[in-house]
Amino acid sequence: MTVDALMNWFAKLGDFPELAFILAVLICAVPVFLFIALYALVAIYGELKISSFMQDKVGPMGQGVGLHAGKWGLLQPVADALKLILKEDIIPTSADKKLFILAPFIVFIGAFIAFAALPFNQNLIIADMNIGIFYILAVSSLGVIGLIMAGWSSNNKWSLYGAMRSAAQIVSYEIPAALSIIAVIMLTGTLSMQGIIQHQSGFVWGILPNWIIFQNPFTFVAFFIFFISGLAECNRTPFDIPEAESELVAGAFTEYSGMRYAFFFLSEYANMFIVSGIAVTAFLGGWQSPIPGIFTSPAWGLWWFMSKAMFLIFVMIWFRWTFPRLRVDQLMNVCWKGFTPIAMVNIFGVGIWHLMLG
Amino acid sequence: MGVVQGDQMVLNIGPQHPSTHGVLRLQVRTDGEIVSEIKPYIGYLHRCFEKHCENVTYEQVIPFTDRCDYIASMNNNFGYVVTMEELMEIKVPERVEYIRVIMAELNRIASHLLALGTYGLDVGAFTPFLYMFRDRERILDIFELTCGARLLYNYMWVGGVSHDLPKDFERICIGFLDYFEPKIKEYNDLLTHNKIFLERTADVGVLPPDVAISFGVSGPNLRGSGVKWDVRKDEPYSIYDRFEFEIPLGEGEFGTVGDSFDRYWVRVCEMKESIKIIRQAIKNLPDGDVFQTIPKKIRPPKGSIYRRTESPRGDLGYYIISDGSPKPFRVKMRSPAFTALSSLSEIAQGWMLSDVIAILGSLDIVLGEIDR
Repeated sequence: MTVDALMNWFAKLGDFPELAFILAVLICAVPVFLFIALYALVAIYGELKISSFMQDKVGPMGQGVGLHAGKWGLLQPVADALKLILKEDIIPTSADKKLFILAPFIVFIGAFIAFAALPFNQNLIIADMNIGIFYILAVSSLGVIGLIMAGWSSNNKWSLYGAMRSAAQIVSYEIPAALSIIAVIMLTGTLSMQGIIQHQSGFVWGILPNWIIFQNPFTFVAFFIFFISGLAECNRTPFDIPEAESELVAGAFTEYSGMRYAFFFLSEYANMFIVSGIAVTAFLGGWQSPIPGIFTSPAWGLWWFMSKAMFLIFVMIWFRWTFPRLRVDQLMNVCWKGFTPIAMVNIFGVGIWHLMLG
Repeated sequence: MGVVQGDQMVLNIGPQHPSTHGVLRLQVRTDGEIVSEIKPYIGYLHRCFEKHCENVTYEQVIPFTDRCDYIASMNNNFGYVVTMEELMEIKVPERVEYIRVIMAELNRIASHLLALGTYGLDVGAFTPFLYMFRDRERILDIFELTCGARLLYNYMWVGGVSHDLPKDFERICIGFLDYFEPKIKEYNDLLTHNKIFLERTADVGVLPPDVAISFGVSGPNLRGSGVKWDVRKDEPYSIYDRFEFEIPLGEGEFGTVGDSFDRYWVRVCEMKESIKIIRQAIKNLPDGDVFQTIPKKIRPPKGSIYRRTESPRGDLGYYIISDGSPKPFRVKMRSPAFTALSSLSEIAQGWMLSDVIAILGSLDIVLGEIDR
């Protein structure tokens, strides 16, 4: 939408289609990058504070004259980011230099370009492709290539372990995630993100929002399968085995420091947002208001989308500070013997339910 | 480590690693995630404890014992002074005995809290660790109130203790116990009965009773394997025969007897038993002078003695040879964590890398005591 609008606008100014395309893409990409950076700061602050509330500590606080981290420690994530930027950038001598440098950017690009199809509200979507959800699922698995590159090029056994674990994990969990999205697509009949949201407008009996999660019992199950698989795809606890700090030091990121490490960190948080964004779009009505008839303007749409996504991110943080970590074989068992068959059955269930009652 | 073939890889876990509980190096041979051979290398924390002891007087040994098992310093002091008193045939006042038992059991709780917390950390649960540290902090506060130190107490002296109890110690201590007892349920809700935690611990790293005995494993690790052996009950020292308490045993509730969960669970139950002992000790705490029997000069008669006590990690033995001079001729410490570590290569073989870390955590080793 936004890209198309910009390109139409440029077309009015003159006939230079290539330049117009590049300009339009740049104008869209810069705010997205800033949004990711800003959101990551908020999420890191949230992670610090939420974990603190859960663990009987206060977290970052500004106390005394100097106000070390600003009021309520608000400056703590900024300080963290500054520290990472200013830190010495170490490349191990035995590392494969080119791959080592390239890896964090590939991981980040995988997360970054997925934002292009996330609908923040009625109008605010960079490109409302007719294959939007498929596009996101496809590009978000680009990151795993970067992780393997990072693990391989570091020339460190821990990194290699982390990379292999994450490759196995992300590739496996993509299947139940995609299968549960198929259940949604069967109901909506479209792959476009806005189309999926439009399908969920209206209310059942005037009260219950007509979100896909509430539409039939199988989609309810599909939501949980998708969310948990998404959790595994972002390497969050209880599926954080690729970077299990008590086993693998830091997994694929062991040798990384400074800005390159920051990019991995950033993409982890960006991935969390993407998973939450897809879950919100596909199951929780996207930017639609949960209250019948009010708060339906585009500004409120942005608010609803963000608050739903942030709630799911809060749940992820909550999980992280509650659960222990699964072992790698148990993780695979859960995926291949649990989620994948259930998701398969789910597809039939959704179809039959839709045929009989829809 | 021998020849490394094909897909195998030799991996050094430590000495700088987040979960080796100190500076331990484990050399493991892995095939993918499966670990086929484990070789622990120790000595990174060797501080010549035993040689030092030969060059200092008997009372100066006590601060060194603090630094062996720095998680349970009181218990280490306790073992040494009990041995010395038996060698010198000193009968300490009742009050001293009770104070020592209270302190040793408080320290046992503190030590188990740390063991359970770091075990949770090893399997990836971060929050229980902080909860347990929060409560351990209160015990350290009680120690600070009593003897001024929080980690290395030098509290128990031959023939007495360094300070009498503070004025309202009983109220503070009972207050702590009342606060702490319900917290055990909190830990169980958060960690013990978590499905993922059970999956990670039950049936993992089984230490069969006969293997445990042949390695000389003792303490909660041995009791986790279902062997009823507790020095406090079987060879009572000090006044442990006066207290009523149970010896919790591993029952294989969720898996096999002697698995990691049993070792963990025995520690949880032991904290409850320690609470019982402390309550009884505080109820019967007599008055008296705690400095009365501290000898002016420690010069034990010629001879040798071996005495063992139950530290939070197992049988802590001291072998002391005296040649009649004010300095010991030889002090040997039998460290329970050392024997526990030696069983690691037996029980962790064939498990996955993550399990090796978890099994190591379940053995609750302290490198200060292993290396001495």
